[in-house]
Amino acid sequence: MSHRLSSGGRLINRANPVSFAFNGRTMRGFEGDTLASALLGEDQMLMGRSFKYHRPRGVVASGAEEPNALVGLGRDHSYEPNARATTTELFEGLEAETQNHWPSLEFDIGAINARLSRFLPAGFYYKMFLWPRSFWKHVYEPFIRESAGLGKPPKRRDKDHYEHFNVTTDVLVVGGGIAGLTAAMAAGEAGSQVLLVEQTAHWGGRAPVDGPQIDDMAPNAWVTQVVSALQAMPNVEMRNRCMGAGVYDHGYALLSERISDHAPDKAGPRQRLWKVRAAQIITATGAIERPLSFAGNDLPGVMLASAVRDYIVNFGVAPGKRTVVVTNNDDAYRTALTLKAAGLEVPAILDAREDATGALDEDARAAGIRVITGRGIASVIGKGRVEVVHVCAQDSDGADYEAIEADCVAMSGGWSPVVHLWSHAGGKLTWDEADAHFRPDPDRAPKGASGEVFVRTAGTASGALTTEDALVDANRTGQAAAMALGHKARGPAPRAEPESRQVTAPIWLMPENAPYEKRAKSWLDFQNDVKVSDVELAAQEGYESVEHTKRYTTLGMATDQGKLSNINGLAVLAKSLGVAIPDVGTTTFRPPYTPVPLGAISGEAQGALFQPIRKTPIHDWHEANGAHFEPVGQWRRPYAFPKSGESVEDAVAREVTTTRQSVGLLDASTLGKLIVKGPDAGRFLDMLYTNMMSTLKVGKCRYGLMCSENGFLIDDGVVARIDEHTWLCHTTSGGADSIHGAMEEWLQTEWWDWKVYVANVTEQFAQIGVVGPKAREVLDAVSASFDLSKDGLPFMGWVEGSLGGIPARVFRISFSGELSYEIAVPANHGRAFWDMMLEAGNPHGITPYGTEALHIMRAEKGFIMIGDETDGTVIPQDLGLNWAISKKKDDYLGKRAQMRSHMTDPLRWKLVGLETLDGSVLPDGAYAVDEGDTVNGQRNTQGRVTSSYHSPTLGRGIAMGLVERGPDRMGEVVNFPALDGSPQEARIVSPVFYDPDGEKQNV
Amino acid sequence: MSDPVTALDGQSITGQITIADAGPTGMVTLRANFASATVMTGLVDVGLVVPDANQIASGDGTTTLWMSPDEVMILCDYDDAEAQAQSLGDALASAHALAINVSDARCVFRLTGQGGAIRDVLAKLSPADLRPSALPVGMVRRTRLAQVPVAFWFSSDTDATLICFRSVGGYVFDLLSKVSEPGSAVGYFG
Repeated sequence: MSHRLSSGGRLINRANPVSFAFNGRTMRGFEGDTLASALLGEDQMLMGRSFKYHRPRGVVASGAEEPNALVGLGRDHSYEPNARATTTELFEGLEAETQNHWPSLEFDIGAINARLSRFLPAGFYYKMFLWPRSFWKHVYEPFIRESAGLGKPPKRRDKDHYEHFNVTTDVLVVGGGIAGLTAAMAAGEAGSQVLLVEQTAHWGGRAPVDGPQIDDMAPNAWVTQVVSALQAMPNVEMRNRCMGAGVYDHGYALLSERISDHAPDKAGPRQRLWKVRAAQIITATGAIERPLSFAGNDLPGVMLASAVRDYIVNFGVAPGKRTVVVTNNDDAYRTALTLKAAGLEVPAILDAREDATGALDEDARAAGIRVITGRGIASVIGKGRVEVVHVCAQDSDGADYEAIEADCVAMSGGWSPVVHLWSHAGGKLTWDEADAHFRPDPDRAPKGASGEVFVRTAGTASGALTTEDALVDANRTGQAAAMALGHKARGPAPRAEPESRQVTAPIWLMPENAPYEKRAKSWLDFQNDVKVSDVELAAQEGYESVEHTKRYTTLGMATDQGKLSNINGLAVLAKSLGVAIPDVGTTTFRPPYTPVPLGAISGEAQGALFQPIRKTPIHDWHEANGAHFEPVGQWRRPYAFPKSGESVEDAVAREVTTTRQSVGLLDASTLGKLIVKGPDAGRFLDMLYTNMMSTLKVGKCRYGLMCSENGFLIDDGVVARIDEHTWLCHTTSGGADSIHGAMEEWLQTEWWDWKVYVANVTEQFAQIGVVGPKAREVLDAVSASFDLSKDGLPFMGWVEGSLGGIPARVFRISFSGELSYEIAVPANHGRAFWDMMLEAGNPHGITPYGTEALHIMRAEKGFIMIGDETDGTVIPQDLGLNWAISKKKDDYLGKRAQMRSHMTDPLRWKLVGLETLDGSVLPDGAYAVDEGDTVNGQRNTQGRVTSSYHSPTLGRGIAMGLVERGPDRMGEVVNFPALDGSPQEARIVSPVFYDPDGEKQNV
Repeated sequence: MSDPVTALDGQSITGQITIADAGPTGMVTLRANFASATVMTGLVDVGLVVPDANQIASGDGTTTLWMSPDEVMILCDYDDAEAQAQSLGDALASAHALAINVSDARCVFRLTGQGGAIRDVLAKLSPADLRPSALPVGMVRRTRLAQVPVAFWFSSDTDATLICFRSVGGYVFDLLSKVSEPGSAVGYFG
């Protein structure tokens, strides 16, 4: 029985009981407990069901490596699946529910899978899902999907918020155990700026449990002293509850800080993701104990030896009353001694080694504990938890030697340094025969751009398993990091007594010659139900690469990423393949070390801050006046302004009609505005535009096209000549930044010696279109410092001065075919000018219009729109824009590309207008079919619709499209079948549907 | 003429720090070759000191920010900006240069806060190295704040200025307000 001891527990506060709910049942623990320790204190050994076989599972570990005790925390808007009970700090009102079972944790239908385990072997998914095809839909998807898997994703929006924090520092030390503290002190004393982080809430790591004397002090006292010393150093910053999640190139590291997980009522963000740029990174991440592979090693009550003593020392909780210790190394003897000291029974220590001669072994014998060497576990038997341990000789096939009644097994298969962060950025490992583990190879460390080492390991993470070695290593590493930054570092390491230690025996299977039925019950990966027999089967089926074996068997997958199973699994693979362990190697360690919530990764970018929304100076008016918005780039532009009770379609029709008949008002502020100035500006623009801009006269405007080097149309707009050396280029709303960037790129790379400066003044101006036959009357109603008459400001001219008392530049240009003025005013006066126009236009019923009315009016005039008529494959010649392509110029961007044979192919699809025979509106994007089929058996096509609208002006559907030889086929009828295949016939016509002679804009 | 209205329209909010609209501010972009004797002579005539890389130079009622090797931004009174641009243009008429009033293209924020609070708040959104040694008073940093470009500089330990494009002024205000909320202090920069 697991139970709370009457005393002890250095991390808990017995004066402060805490109640919590586990699967709806109220339980009690103490302040300072983890969820796992509190559950053990309540004799709740069963904490979950396994992934595939739904086996009952208890907690195995006491930290981040826990594979089994995964729970769903919280509910509704603060639900988190797959939380490790071992790292979840208890708080009043915590709610946890177990996962992967139905209907209950104790009685789980899915456990039938365990009976079928014979039929669910390694590679099951790959073998099974191949056939029969119909099973996919009816069997695999509904049933197997349902029975496999751990936590369920949250169904509600996360109520918490998260943030990021960027830090640049000299030295980042990950891990706040004695090695991390020592390394931080060494680097800090040398003068480096240090950030020291620890994933748990406590400093000191395992030392306070394992109890070595440091500098003649008990470990707790030493840790307290060093922590206060570090806290007093102005160049050292310390954070606990802050996990090193990943290390990347250039000294970049991600840390995941839990701020209010343990105190959910606290204001502020729940978690904070630190983005650290460190010149040097020290990983003092310790080591993880390995399980042993014996039959029944997944029964609740079988735990890591280190975890057993953690629960006793840290939380005053005993996982069992009678604990059998099984080991291949000295360290597990500490657990036996701890159990004994706590007054618990230890019927035996089973040491797989032939003899046990280390100091700890002697201590155990002296404490009266029975030590049996050369022995292992044949099997652990029990119904849902440990009841009997069958002992056998390690070098046997498992024949019973004796049976020991026990309710807990503390196992230790040796220690593996946590090499994850070291490996993330490319650090290589070396196989250490003596300790039977992979450890970082300091000669093959992660290196920076100039070949400098930027990740170093300290303490146990280096493979230094004794306290003395770990402290010396950590001190040296801290000093090395400081010296790499040019600091002088000296000073001895903290002192610890040398330990006499016997080597770890490499035991990968217990007993050595276990037969199949035992190997099929010896778990390697608890979380994913991978057994020794599965890895052997994979090897037998030809899997040699550890990476392939991982995916075939699921060894080391899912939330724990094989922290316990990795080394044991690849050792079994190596044995099966008959090769050495280092020749098999490890799978790739990838960030994050333990899962980081997606919310923390997105940081502040959620809700209203998900994405920046660009707003024009008139945006607030649009919002206040019921604008129906659409995204244009990162802007929100009004699509239409429906009045109360009016549909969006009706609003669009009203806006078009009013503008055509009287006057409309458009917020065109989003248009790109680039000032291009310099003695070579004209020459530069002649290269960028297909037509001639150098010859444009001051005071005049010209429409221009821009192509990419490949000839495709990328942007268009009106260019105004401001003075001899200055042009103002209007771009599309979405193209302002990219065209500005392209201009700078050409000027900085190809034409670096041309004297041209570009400034992006898009946001300096609000630009407002006053459009329609009454436009001039509206402007005449306010005082102007210039002549706006037909001849005073002719079509395609511009003037500058003041309008209504506001500095203004007025362009007489038209994208609607109507008499039209676009007025640029300083953005800070934009709203005032808009209001002034509304008032001046009131007598004429002036109507603000949105982008849809704008689109319809331009389509009625046959004007193209970048992004509608173009899609990155269209050249100006396709659109009948040959008039805007200068024949006189030697070159412009795209010119040569446009001469390629494919670009001059007479069969290219070209722009035409399309009129449905019945007046209906063609679906946007519809294809025109042609005779016959393609090689893929699809219908041949001969064109597509690029823009399609209902024209309120003409009272019918109008469309533009690209059709093979379109302009040569005027009057022909082509078929654009609807999605259901029904025919929709349209006649090829001129794309200019309205005022083909341009009389309206020229009044 | 109407009064100029900034995108922030005078808003301010106080959390970990105070975030406030600095109001209409004159801003002139000057692009020129600052290694050219003609350019530098012209600038001496109008009393403009060109700051070193990443630095700020202060003059008579103006502050000049280094923006890139061939670009500076001159901050002045809002009403003086057009004249500033004009006089710079005149002074550099014989050189190749571009001086233009961009006062309305950007929002200017004033950030005030005690201790390292301003740096703590900025570090939540910007990858810039915000250590006082890397960004001391008198230096300007062009960087990003979450998803948009910004520049900021400290005029004292407790007072900083941040500029961003006008269209995202609201976004930047909301960002800074959010990460400056009570309860979110980091306490990293003191």
